[in-house]
Amino acid sequence: MLQIDDVTVRYGDNAAVDHVSLDLAPGQVLAVLGPSGCGKSTLLRAIAGLEPITSGSISWDGADLSGVATHRRGFALMFQDGQLFAHLTVARNVAYALRLRRTPSARVAERVRELLDLVGLAGYDDRLPGTLSGGERQRVALARALAVEPRLILLDEPLSALDASLRERLAGELREILHAAGTTALLVTHDHEEAFALADGLAVMRAGRVVQQGAIDEVWREPVDEDTALFLGYARVLRDEAARRVLDAAALPPAHAVALRRSALVVDDAGPLRAVVESARVTPDVVRLVVGVEGVGTVDAVAPLGARVALGDEVSLRVDVTRLAVPPITAAP
Amino acid sequence: MTTVVGRGGRAAPVAGPQVKRILALLLLAAGPVLVLGVLFVLPVSGMLAEGFVVDGRFSPGAVLDVLARPRVRRVAWFTVWTSGVATLLAVALGLPAAYALHRLALPGRSAVRAALLVPFVLPTVVVGVAFRQLLGEGGPLGVLRLDGTPVAIVCGLVFFNVAVVVRTVGVAWESLDPRPGQAAAALGATPWQVLRTVTLPALRPAIVGAASIVFLFCATAFGIVLTLGGVRYATVETEIYLLTTTVFDLQAAAALSVLQIVVVVALLALAARLRATPDPTTQRAVSPVRAVRRSDAPVVVATLLVLAAMALPILTLVLGSLSVGDGWGLDNYRALTTAGDDQALLVPVTTALVTSLRTAVDATWMALLVGVSVSLIVTRRSHSVAERRVRSTLDGFFMLPLGVSAVTLGFGFLITLDQPPLDLRDSPLLVPMAQALVALPLVVRTLAPMLGGIDDRQRQAAASLGASPWRTLLTVDLPVVWKPLLAAGGFAFAASLGEFGATSFLARDTDPTLPVVIFRLIGHPGEMNYGMALAASVVLALATAVVVLAVERLRVPGVGAF
Repeated sequence: MLQIDDVTVRYGDNAAVDHVSLDLAPGQVLAVLGPSGCGKSTLLRAIAGLEPITSGSISWDGADLSGVATHRRGFALMFQDGQLFAHLTVARNVAYALRLRRTPSARVAERVRELLDLVGLAGYDDRLPGTLSGGERQRVALARALAVEPRLILLDEPLSALDASLRERLAGELREILHAAGTTALLVTHDHEEAFALADGLAVMRAGRVVQQGAIDEVWREPVDEDTALFLGYARVLRDEAARRVLDAAALPPAHAVALRRSALVVDDAGPLRAVVESARVTPDVVRLVVGVEGVGTVDAVAPLGARVALGDEVSLRVDVTRLAVPPITAAP
Repeated sequence: MTTVVGRGGRAAPVAGPQVKRILALLLLAAGPVLVLGVLFVLPVSGMLAEGFVVDGRFSPGAVLDVLARPRVRRVAWFTVWTSGVATLLAVALGLPAAYALHRLALPGRSAVRAALLVPFVLPTVVVGVAFRQLLGEGGPLGVLRLDGTPVAIVCGLVFFNVAVVVRTVGVAWESLDPRPGQAAAALGATPWQVLRTVTLPALRPAIVGAASIVFLFCATAFGIVLTLGGVRYATVETEIYLLTTTVFDLQAAAALSVLQIVVVVALLALAARLRATPDPTTQRAVSPVRAVRRSDAPVVVATLLVLAAMALPILTLVLGSLSVGDGWGLDNYRALTTAGDDQALLVPVTTALVTSLRTAVDATWMALLVGVSVSLIVTRRSHSVAERRVRSTLDGFFMLPLGVSAVTLGFGFLITLDQPPLDLRDSPLLVPMAQALVALPLVVRTLAPMLGGIDDRQRQAAASLGASPWRTLLTVDLPVVWKPLLAAGGFAFAASLGEFGATSFLARDTDPTLPVVIFRLIGHPGEMNYGMALAASVVLALATAVVVLAVERLRVPGVGAF
């Protein structure tokens, strides 16, 4: 297993990675989620051995990796844009690591066929990377990374270079492929959708530090602070009196703050909160509202499709407790 | 004047907007084409006609006979093998230096990179003198007895061209995306395997491009071969010179010129194919240099050896110019105000220096004027296949002077521009014009990649915000191009300061340039004349070095890269 112990990477005075510790169990897929510039890519490169670490240690199964060159670590790195070798065909790209190890050519051919099957690109052997679409390139890059059964695969925003529909499809495929291959993987991304689609563990990183880590649903349900909540897709964080009112309406104990999803408040004639509709927008699933709630302020709410809600209407709201989170720490505003 | 092209197409009615664009393009190109036609095609074809037309009749048979002569075959073979060997050596020596100077955080590397640009523009005659001083009897390497041998010629050619390889490959290497190499390393490739399977394939266009240009420079080298090889070892270029000036066998000279032009055009076409065209939509990224590790030792040592070998001839030259009798002194430099022993010269060397500087100024503005319009023409985005073809043909056409023998050009000037309406023989602009032509490809190669690197959408954005074509040029093109423009000017200036091939034909005896004077001085017996030649060489080298180092301070990427 991979152990990252108190690792710091400095550029001059600036710590890109600041005392980070992470553990990754065999077969686990861990996502490191954070905004751009939070140091997550630097961490990934440090694990790959492409970035020297200032202090701390990175080890695999107890063996320290400092001084072990990238090519001896046995970690495959998959770049954001695939980084296929443009002068080699798809088959040659996938076979690259096998050829380096002087694998017999019959075995190479067999393995390449297997992998291209796995990523759904059978028959693409002789194509050049330049002729492939973005999604196909990413899948070839994945097949190439998996070719020598790396003990760990490092993924740098593997889906973010793709367009939305392709991203969704490939995310599902990628997850299946990783699980089928039983590979341990570490993925960095700024997109929580991507993290949820692929990973089972989540570490949230901000300004070089890991602020929260755990099972993905755990982190999702209980974001450690307001910023994390907002980054995980919660729409608004209410404080003090506003928070108290909402929690009261949900029959929950009072707290300093509460983070709400956009669907945390639902139009319901029996609901305890009174509100005035400030805007209404129909989406395929629900009607999304922005409402002014007395004593709370402006918040998001939803109404079932077909509900007749118009601007200026007075509505009643109930609180969906599965759609809110109470961050234990309240960050300074 | 440039956006005429861009506008013509869109504003035109549906019927033949492409034809209109091409017509506009041709109209725009008319100026430079005319200049090159009169000052390049006419002289060169005049020179060729001397050979092909006998007694008013076209008889190519005689030319073919010339090519079968044993001496001509020997000369051609000598040219090919010396150039080939010199090219291989220059590439072999240049690659480690390119890596060390462009990818490693070596102390003083920018100074060294700047210094490496100097040999490339150093006047050929100066280098010839320096090598003779180094290898000749009594020189530091005199014991090797290499003076006057083909080895000396190859060494001289390598000296000039290592810098071209370092520049061209180094620039490509530093803008190489490091991530494919890292991806390979993550897949288990050792550093050596990364180099072999990822880096070298990515650099191949730059390496082959540099090699073909270097071969071209070697095969058409003149001053260096003439000073080091004399009559005994002639290349095609010096043979053309001997045949026209000494033997007056114009037919043979023309035959050799044809041979040379054919080979050069083929090589230029090859180089153009291999030259990677910058993708205007991607910014040129320079990857950061890496700290030196112990494993870099072989590369660093190889680079230091190459640098030492490059410095040696120059150092010998400087020391030689300062040695007087048994001691040291500035006597050789003081003698530069005289015309030499035995009246070797008609004017003092200092006068020649002034002539050189004045000529170079004229040549520079001419080269810039033509070079800027050529660059603008060849880099605009084409809207149709036909248009692209026209542009690339023009591009190739304007590169021709790079490889056509300066000697052919010079002699062609003499025999074609001597009667009205084009009687330029007594014009003070004759020499600058020839030198401007020689410098033109350098100017275009410096400017064109910069202009080509501008994303055309920038201009479109400016235009959509209401900028006139002229205004667009000012806001988009000029900020990118002014530094390269200065650099190209400096380059052209340095190149024409040292130009010898064409100038040796065209400069009048009463108005010689410095390289011509140096060549004359080493041809005249007398210790003082030789000392003066050394001193004059140092002065000339210094002048070009100052200009080139100033150019390097502008930090234009890709200057001196092909």
